[in-house]
Amino acid sequence: MSGPNTSYDPVEVAALDPQAVDDAVSAALAAASSAGTLDELRAARSAHQGDRSALALANREIGALPPSAKAEAGKRVGQARGRVAAAFAARHAELEAERDERILTEEAVDLTVVPPRRVGARHPISLVTERVEDIFVGLGWEIAEGPELESEWLNFDALNLGPDHPARQMQDTFFVEPADSSGLVLRTHTSPVQVRTMLDREPPIYVLCPGKVFRTDELDATHTPVFHQFEGLVVDEGITMAHLKGILDVFVARLFGAGTATRLRPSYFPFTEPSAEIDCQCWICSGTDASCRTCRGTGWIEVGGSGMVNRRVLTASGIDPDRYTGFAFGLGIERSLMLRHGVADMHDIVEGDVRFSTQFGMEI
Amino acid sequence: MRVPVEWLRELAHVESHVRGKDVSETLVRLGLEDEGVHGGGVGGPLVVGRVLTLDPEPQKNGRTINWCTVDVGQANGTGEPQGIVCGAHNFGVGDLVVVVLPGGTLPTPDGSFQVTARRTYGHVSAGMICSERELGLGDDHAGIIVLERRLADEPGVLAALVPGEDAIALLGLDREVVEVTVTPDRGYCFSMRGIAREYALATGAPFDDPADIPVAAPNDGGYAVRLADEAPIRGRAGCDRFVARVVRGVDASSPSPSWMRRRLTDVGMRPISLAVDVTNYVMMLLGQPLHAYDLDTLSGEIVVRRARAGERLTTLDDVERHLDREDLLITDGGDVVLGLAGVMGGASSEVSPTTSNVLVEAAHFDPVTVARTSRRHRLVSEASKRFERGVDPAVADRAAQLACDLLVRYGGGTVDEGVTVVGEVGTRDAIAFDVGLPTAYVGLEYPRAEVVATLRAVGCEVVDRDGEVVDVRPPTWRPDLVDGPDLVEEVARVRGYGEIPSVLPRAVGGRGLTHGQRVRRLVAQTLAQHGLVEVLSYPFVGDELFDRLGYAVDDPRRHTVRLANPLQDEAPLMRTSVLDTLLDILRRNVARGARDLALYEIGLVTVGRPDQPPVPIPGVEGRPADDVLASILDGVPVQPRHLALAAAGDAVPTGPWGDARRVEASDAVAWAVELGRALGLELLVRNHSRAPFHPGRCAVITLADGRVVGHAGELHPKVVGALGLPARTVAAELDVDVLVEATGTPVQARPLSTYPVAHTDLAVVVDDGVPAADVAAALGGGAGPQLESLTLFDLYRGDQVGEGRKSLAYRLTFRAEDRTLTTDEVSALRDSAMRAAAEAVGAVQRA
Repeated sequence: MSGPNTSYDPVEVAALDPQAVDDAVSAALAAASSAGTLDELRAARSAHQGDRSALALANREIGALPPSAKAEAGKRVGQARGRVAAAFAARHAELEAERDERILTEEAVDLTVVPPRRVGARHPISLVTERVEDIFVGLGWEIAEGPELESEWLNFDALNLGPDHPARQMQDTFFVEPADSSGLVLRTHTSPVQVRTMLDREPPIYVLCPGKVFRTDELDATHTPVFHQFEGLVVDEGITMAHLKGILDVFVARLFGAGTATRLRPSYFPFTEPSAEIDCQCWICSGTDASCRTCRGTGWIEVGGSGMVNRRVLTASGIDPDRYTGFAFGLGIERSLMLRHGVADMHDIVEGDVRFSTQFGMEI
Repeated sequence: MRVPVEWLRELAHVESHVRGKDVSETLVRLGLEDEGVHGGGVGGPLVVGRVLTLDPEPQKNGRTINWCTVDVGQANGTGEPQGIVCGAHNFGVGDLVVVVLPGGTLPTPDGSFQVTARRTYGHVSAGMICSERELGLGDDHAGIIVLERRLADEPGVLAALVPGEDAIALLGLDREVVEVTVTPDRGYCFSMRGIAREYALATGAPFDDPADIPVAAPNDGGYAVRLADEAPIRGRAGCDRFVARVVRGVDASSPSPSWMRRRLTDVGMRPISLAVDVTNYVMMLLGQPLHAYDLDTLSGEIVVRRARAGERLTTLDDVERHLDREDLLITDGGDVVLGLAGVMGGASSEVSPTTSNVLVEAAHFDPVTVARTSRRHRLVSEASKRFERGVDPAVADRAAQLACDLLVRYGGGTVDEGVTVVGEVGTRDAIAFDVGLPTAYVGLEYPRAEVVATLRAVGCEVVDRDGEVVDVRPPTWRPDLVDGPDLVEEVARVRGYGEIPSVLPRAVGGRGLTHGQRVRRLVAQTLAQHGLVEVLSYPFVGDELFDRLGYAVDDPRRHTVRLANPLQDEAPLMRTSVLDTLLDILRRNVARGARDLALYEIGLVTVGRPDQPPVPIPGVEGRPADDVLASILDGVPVQPRHLALAAAGDAVPTGPWGDARRVEASDAVAWAVELGRALGLELLVRNHSRAPFHPGRCAVITLADGRVVGHAGELHPKVVGALGLPARTVAAELDVDVLVEATGTPVQARPLSTYPVAHTDLAVVVDDGVPAADVAAALGGGAGPQLESLTLFDLYRGDQVGEGRKSLAYRLTFRAEDRTLTTDEVSALRDSAMRAAAEAVGAVQRA
């Protein structure tokens, strides 16, 4: 491997000695693998790869070699440095990965400590109302509204409740002072909105009138003097009781669940003729459980009143009763909420306790 | 109305296998409301027994039981005496008692239980000797039934009793009573006659009208009666028919027959005396209220007239009534008041045990007159209930006849030949009825023959001339049948509503929710997403609330609408702000242990006006004239929709994440401003002073054009104290209608520049009293349209800026539409902003 060396320098020869180079490589590899941290590795690197390291020294000496020896020495030293550099790079990557892993481990936090970000809620009465509205809007109906403090004429007379109708008494209705002449009441149903709608526009009319209504009942587990209902009104040519039944069947199936149907029973309301009570099939037991608490074992739940709009109501509202017929119905929101969500006591609905609203969140 | 099934059987041929439950279902199908079935819970063997032996046996528990043997004939299958343990002591050997044998069932509150032979007190007790309560006959549990006492007034029945014979029928335990509610249009169902007619209508069974009896013809020889109503209500005379009959020589002490007493008991009336029982019985049968007078207490003709000012009457319930000029009275000779017509008689002319001559009144009174009197005096009687809903005017003479016949049959005496009948039964106009109307109205095919047959079965007279239209004259007992749809209901209910098909009508296609409805949903949703909880409150407040809220004497929010009959006397007013009632809800939640709260409510408030005019009430007759309708619609007070929010406690509680932050006035303002952003509105905030807020911590929120949306801030400490709220409660009240009006036109999009932004910071010093909003407005105006945003990032008060001054540090972000702004341009814009602020609010650039 070696040939004649005319300018031999014993010192330099020592540095370029293959054995010495091998030793330096071994030492460097050992130092790299024994470095336990990136700092130690940095120090080892400086010692074995730095300007003053044995291999750097050897590299510098190559220039002093006779041209014939340069190539071989250069190759030897270059390979040695390459190996060392690779070893350090590999070790560096290893240590960096370890460090990154350690940092992620150290950064772990207990996410079961959840900061109590304040969570709001809608009142379930609003949510049920909106859900009912959406069902009817989906059927192509519109939502109509009106004032809660209403004229006596719109609340009663226009609906065929004459001055001596029992519902018009102080024990049922809140009157505005002076009771005998103000002509104002807190509406006892949302029906005046139906009249307002009919006075306001021509058929075809397909509207839902949800809203707050008032009756002079004491608050107890099932009654509240301020409550919410929704009434539907359709006035069009050729409207029949079969259409009323059709709407009610579709509605209860969408609110209470598919397969729920309604039953109509003859009844009496001054604003409709013929009139019908609406019973809804019990969606809890479907009539199979004699001890069912929701329907008391009857299989049916009374949910509201309905009927064909009385001709007198159409006339009072400026609609030709010989050309148009219509139906109307009314159901309670509180009752729907109680039945659908198992609310046992009306107090919980009306008292404004945040715990009640919060349990429903924002979708019902 | 309580309907004894046994009585119904007699009138409507109810088949023997039909039970109370079936009767109830049938009646409900026709439109009466189900109120349950009473009785019928006892199942045999329940038999008559004679006590043979009775041995008292004292027990260790201090009680003494009787070990009895009872002869129950062959009812136990052996004829041997039955051994029974009994705890009661009100009977003895030889008494006839009622025994339930093993296998029999007794009613319990939740059903029934079956009696078995069981070992007790050292004996096998094979059955029970029964008390009234055990059989559901009454409340007497103290003693068992001794038949000798129970049947004392029926010696014939008693003498024929044999041990072992069935006691169920004997005690009337087979009698079920169906209870139904009668809707206001079906007054005729307040009688067995009416109920039986309904039942027969449903089953097709024959109906024997109990009013179909021979009646003595009217003549001039009867007791004098004069109808003298000089003030009819709405043109309708208070009394249009008055029948008077006299029975003389009645033995008033004669008992009513037991069948009559039983039926009266079944329908829920207490048997009293023959005369009273007969009038009640006839009323229950025919629906005609009757009144029996002691003839000897009367002196002149009977005059029916309205009351005079100051008149009084002590009614049969011993209450002295101050009469109203609208009350219709029955008087003796015009001066002595005998009773409130159709409601209740007076005490002075009441029949008594010594009465022997009776005058029977059967009259027809106007529903409105009776209803008003009944309500005015808070006096609801069996008579008033019926007259209010309408009594068959044609039945009065039959009812009087039947009452006289029964009095004579059970009390002796004779009926006077004189028969007084004043007033005619009016004839009703026929309704021209299109036989196709039921089909058109209901959406189910009703053949012509069915329509005509149903109307006839209901009692209508139908003149059928083979055209589309028939003449229908409703019967006298159906005042509710006045037009076509009324008749449609008859046809539909008799066939059954169950047959009506279900057909979904096709709406014409709506416009979806209105803009206002969508805005309201968004407002509610946004607040909930910001952590506020929606609640609802009753909109009633008291007079003193406005003082507690610190309103000035002339604050327009004191203009309220007052209820005449409030739920609570201390809260008679309609709220003028939603906060009025929301704060109460906040307090209730705190009282229930909540500490950190943020609530909101969206609802109507009522704007009262000092000059509120009376709103016209034109009546039921038709669409009012345009001007009347306008005064109705305009007379209704304005009711804007408001949003109120209130919060107290911590916005963020103390925890691993750091220290607590109390909710503060600026939170209330921020919620309002964020609400505006959600709606695409930039709301402006100015410091303000207004009750019920802290004068230094209140902001008015406006639209860009200055329209006021509402107010937000911290409540005045005095308000907090007066209302018992948590310290530092913050609140806001906004007018949602203003937000609705301000939005709804489509937002026009700005083009987006993609050139780089340039930031620059600027700190200005102003007097402490200058609102930050004014500084920001001035800076914004000076900076010009290339200012993209202006953010306050520091607020400093202290030595470096001097007493009474503050430093506000802003980051200004600029961007041009068409180029990258140079540093020099940005500096110039900043300087321009600074100059504007210096001019507007005296700002000095901080060194």
